[in-house]
Amino acid sequence: MTAINVHTGDNGSNGNHLDYLHSPKKYKGIFNWIFSTDHKKIGILYLISMLTFFAVGVVFGFLMRLELISPGKTIMEPQTYNQIFTLHGVIMIFLFIIPGLPAVFGNFFLPIMIGAKDVAFPRLNLLSWWLFVIGGFVALISLFLPGGPADTGWTFYIPYSVRTSTNVIPALIGAFILGFSSILTGLNFITTIHRLRAPGMSWFKMPLFAWSLYATGWVQILATPIVGITLLLVAIERWFGVGIFDPALGGDPIVYQHLFWIYSHPAVYIMILPAMGVISEIIPVYARRTIFGYKFIAYSSMAIALFGSLVWAHHMFTVGMSNTAMWLFSLLTFLVAIPSAIKVFNWVATLYKGSIVLEPAMLFALAFIFNFTIGGFTGLMQGALALNIHIHDTSFIVAHFHYVMFGGTGFGIFGALHHWFPKMFGRMYNKKVAKIAWVFLFIGFQLLYFPLFIAGYLGMPRRYYDYLPEFHIWHFISTVGSWILITGLIIMFTNLIIALRKGEKAVANPWGGVTLEWTIPSPPIHENFEKIPVVEKDPYDYTHYEELEEVKN
Amino acid sequence: MNQTVDAAVHEHVHRDDVGAKIGMWLFLFTELILFGGMFLVYAVYRFTYRDFFALASKELDVFIGLINTLVLLTSSLTMAMSITALRRGSKNLSLTFIFLTIFFALLFLVNKYFEWSAKFHHGLFPGSNELLTLPRGEIVYFGLYYVMTGLHALHVIIGLIILVFMFFYVKSGKVNQDYYIMLENSGLYWHLVDIIWIFLFPLFYLIH
Repeated sequence: MTAINVHTGDNGSNGNHLDYLHSPKKYKGIFNWIFSTDHKKIGILYLISMLTFFAVGVVFGFLMRLELISPGKTIMEPQTYNQIFTLHGVIMIFLFIIPGLPAVFGNFFLPIMIGAKDVAFPRLNLLSWWLFVIGGFVALISLFLPGGPADTGWTFYIPYSVRTSTNVIPALIGAFILGFSSILTGLNFITTIHRLRAPGMSWFKMPLFAWSLYATGWVQILATPIVGITLLLVAIERWFGVGIFDPALGGDPIVYQHLFWIYSHPAVYIMILPAMGVISEIIPVYARRTIFGYKFIAYSSMAIALFGSLVWAHHMFTVGMSNTAMWLFSLLTFLVAIPSAIKVFNWVATLYKGSIVLEPAMLFALAFIFNFTIGGFTGLMQGALALNIHIHDTSFIVAHFHYVMFGGTGFGIFGALHHWFPKMFGRMYNKKVAKIAWVFLFIGFQLLYFPLFIAGYLGMPRRYYDYLPEFHIWHFISTVGSWILITGLIIMFTNLIIALRKGEKAVANPWGGVTLEWTIPSPPIHENFEKIPVVEKDPYDYTHYEELEEVKN
Repeated sequence: MNQTVDAAVHEHVHRDDVGAKIGMWLFLFTELILFGGMFLVYAVYRFTYRDFFALASKELDVFIGLINTLVLLTSSLTMAMSITALRRGSKNLSLTFIFLTIFFALLFLVNKYFEWSAKFHHGLFPGSNELLTLPRGEIVYFGLYYVMTGLHALHVIIGLIILVFMFFYVKSGKVNQDYYIMLENSGLYWHLVDIIWIFLFPLFYLIH
């Protein structure tokens, strides 16, 4: 990144201010980054650390799939397998998907999109990155301790998590610290949105990504403390032998499960809501159309945050609950599908009669809609009480949440990366290679996870090390899919890394976006705007788009 | 808004008292929910083990609990008075009240120390052999008692440290009549510590 110099002209800069990568420095070298309170630099820090953890998680996922390519032992012992799927879950959830969009792109773009110079609490923002890194290392340190990493699954279910001899405590404490980091990010964003919107930027002139971050922030603040205290209680139980959840000491393991899911289901919406926000940003830009149903999309984010917090027990239909609780939670689960469907319909309606340009980011957005629809519908299947008993704890569930989390949020993250990469780094990647990578990712993804629906429906349990020969074919296809998917990941990231060094210089508005981030130079200057903008238009106003095109040409 | 630009690093000093207060309230929500999770656990087990909880709660010394409740309530009063004093410009009076708040916080902790050590003396602590001979409901009661009051005591200690910082900030003039949001936010935190105790006291000491 050192190759980037002062830009003039076509990138939108007038040369009066240096971009954020080159503005005057307080510290030297790496300290200029890790002690920077600039929201853009913190966003990049999050991006680098998150992708590093993602790479580790992918390796674990790859090893798991390789083990499952044929029945019996293939490359590892059952105990190793248990530890690897636990680590895969902990890393992907707490270190990749939860911070993926809010902490990376939210940090970088939220202040720019609402016309602010920075977030409300820049130092707190830096602290939350530090907590993220510390939490990540604490969670992973068990890899190198005697006894090895936890083998409980990422859910840490009692009583096994107080009995196993593996290192559960580092994973618990790591997750606790990461939760704290996530809370601080949410708190920061909510305050930023309340206090720092530019003049004229009313609530309903905010870009939808900002709306989704606002909804996410509330979930982060109101749900995360529950899992914090729950994981802390398990750690205290292991440390001091306090009887709270362990049935041998009078505790109730089902109370643990409730507390765990009171957070961890809303956490699913912490993961998916910002991705929905990103899709709402991408689609109008590449369809050259004002988004359909702006207010509905904004309100549905809040509705998802609200209803999503009330459906946790649908993870526990087979555990033992009263019938009243069962149908109530089932009903609420169906209700939460409504705001999600509203969004999907609005996106599709935006595409209708649009001038669609299939740039890489748009391809990822379309893949999001496809995958999310499959993931969403299979979620409804699980919300039905009778069917839930049949597919509970099978690989059907694994396929479902990978369709939503990876096929949805994961593709959303890749889409955001391709959409905003030129703005963040001032360089353009090779679009053709990016599209090839997308083809690999899309096909590999379907091959990897769709067979798991079938195997699960036929009775393949999740988290199993070994299986009956009749499931072989589905596991085989799935493992081959994982190779294609990883090839796609390698192509995509190689392409982006090459672009960092050798990519063409990006113009200020390469895609024809109309939100505020496209009005400033690529990469942005230190405090984003030379003069705080005054907002008069709606966020996706494409009515004068033809004139804009002429100016560009 | 008051902005100064440091020529060397372009770092703007941005002051937004309302924003700071919003942030603090959001943080207090998370604290309330952190304890809310514990109150939920308490509610479930109180329902399951009603009689055992009633029996075990007789082990607690209501008098010490009452003293501590009064101490904390008074400390909230002195906290609020220190903020008002500073806003009216009486720095020394404000310092006195902060000092008194710190004193009450210490008093609370000393009380708590004697209370806990008495329990330890009777062998009522997590993992002790004596506790394990009790019925399960009582084990859970004492588990919750130690965890919840312990977590509360931890918050008292954090609040105490914050107050010590505030004392020196007010003394040095960093926090003053025109810029007292930090003291106000510390006060909010201290009231939170107080209000959580207001719930802990009846739940553990009074309900039989």
